Amino acid sequence: MSAAVQTPGPPLWLLLELTYRCPLHCVYCYNPVDFATTEQEQPTADWLRVLREARELGAVQLGLSGGEPMLREDLEEITAEAHRLGYYINLITSGVGLTEARIGALKRAGLDHIQLSFQDSTREMNDFLSHTRTFELKERVARLIKGHGYPMVMNCVIHRLNIDHLDTIIAMAERLGAEYLELANTQYYSWAHLNREQLLPSRAQLEVAERTTHAWRERLGEKLRIFFVVPDYYEERPKRCVNGWGTTLLTVTPDGTALPCHTAKMLPGLSFPNVRSMSMRDIWFHSEGFNRFRGQGWMKEPCASCEEREKDLGGCRCQAYLLAGDAAAADPVCAKSPHHAVVVQAVATAQRTRGVEKPLIFRDRKASRVLAERPATRND
Amino acid sequence: MSSDTNSVPIDEQARPAIGRGFRLQWEAAQSAHVLLYPEGMVKLNGSAGEILRRCDGVHTVADIVADLERTFNRSGLTTDVQGFMSIALGKGWLQFT
Repeated sequence: MSAAVQTPGPPLWLLLELTYRCPLHCVYCYNPVDFATTEQEQPTADWLRVLREARELGAVQLGLSGGEPMLREDLEEITAEAHRLGYYINLITSGVGLTEARIGALKRAGLDHIQLSFQDSTREMNDFLSHTRTFELKERVARLIKGHGYPMVMNCVIHRLNIDHLDTIIAMAERLGAEYLELANTQYYSWAHLNREQLLPSRAQLEVAERTTHAWRERLGEKLRIFFVVPDYYEERPKRCVNGWGTTLLTVTPDGTALPCHTAKMLPGLSFPNVRSMSMRDIWFHSEGFNRFRGQGWMKEPCASCEEREKDLGGCRCQAYLLAGDAAAADPVCAKSPHHAVVVQAVATAQRTRGVEKPLIFRDRKASRVLAERPATRND
Repeated sequence: MSSDTNSVPIDEQARPAIGRGFRLQWEAAQSAHVLLYPEGMVKLNGSAGEILRRCDGVHTVADIVADLERTFNRSGLTTDVQGFMSIALGKGWLQFT
C-alpha cells in the first residue's frame, strides 16, 4: 500500500452558504460563533460563476443554505442557473420567508427539493429553541411544500431538551406527509459546543429514542424513511469527516471562502482560499487548505499505524482541535485517543438527572460579537 | 430497510418509468449515469444505466429488452433485466405508469 495521495475525485457536493443572516437563533447552529464579524455577502454574479466552475469539476448535488437562504432576493436567479447547469438542487430552510409566491417561483426556476427544519413537535419548545414564534408558520410551509409537489425532507436536530418528544416529532412528520425525516443528534461544534452541557442527552434518553425510532420504522416502512444519527460522543470510534476531507464536499461561505467542511474555518494556522481570487479547480486540487488533511499522510499516532485508519480517516479535524487542541490529533471520540477522557467526562456529566444552571447561549449577532472578542481559547 | 430481496414479478407488457422523486442523468465527470434524489445520489454501473435510461414510461419491458439485445448484440437478457427492475422497483428507482 502506497501512502501517496491519489488525485481526488470531483467535489460531488457543493454547499453554498448564501448568507449568515437568519431569523432564527438556534442554540446548536453550526455557523461560526464569530459569524457577525463577516457581514459581507457575495453578489449574485460571483455565486453564478461558482456554480459554473464547480459544475465543470463534476459537482452535481447542490445545497442552498445559510443562515436562512430565503433572505437572498436572488435565490430564484441562482436556482435557475443551477438548474440550467444540471444540478440537483436542495433548498435547506427554516421556512421563514417561503411564501406561496416564492415557492411557485422556485419551482418554475427548477428547484428539486426542500428540506424544512423543525426544532420540536411542540410550539413551546420549537419557539423556545429557535427563540422565535415560528411553529405555526412551519406547519403552514410544510403544507405548501407538499401542495407544490416537492419531495419533503423534514429535519429536526435532536438533543437533551427535545429528545423525549421523539414520538410526537415522528408523528408530526407523518401527519405532514414528509418522505424523509432526519433526526440528527446535535454535533458539538460552534454554538452547540458552547451549549454542550445543556444539550448532550443522557444514555437513557438515547436508548428510549432509538427504540422509539425503531418502532416507527417497523410501522411505516418505506413510506417515511427515518434517519437517526447517533451523537458521536456515545461512540467508541469516530466518524469520517464529511466522507473524508476534500473527497466529496466543497462549501462556500457567504463571503466566498471555500471550505472542505462546514466548520473548518475554526482551525488555526490554515488558510482557506476565496472563490474571488482563485478558480474552483485550483481551490479543489491545489490549495493548501484542501490538501492539508487529505489522505493519511498528515496522521500522527495512534492513527498513523491504526488498522482502522482507512475507515474513519482519523475522524473529525474540528473535533480534534476543539477537544484535544490539535487539528492533526486523533478525534477524541475514539477510545484509542489519548484525549478520550474529555469525551468520557462530558458523557458522565450528561447522566445527571438535575437541570443545568448555566443559561443557553442563543445564536445572535450580539452574542456573536462578544464571542469574537474573547481570547482565542478552546472551551471544553 | 431495503427490500431488494423481495422479488416482485415484472410483467413484460408493463411500462416502467423513473420513480417519483428520482432524476436520472449522465455525469461526464463520473463516466456514469446517476440517480439523484433529495440530498443523495446513486452511481449506476453500465448495465443499470443502460436499462434505466430506456425506462421512459412509454416503452414496455419487452420493448426495452429487445432494444438492449439489439444494441449490444446479445440474446436472452429478459431474466437479467427483469431481475434488475424488480430490485429497482423495491428501491423506488422505478415505477410503472
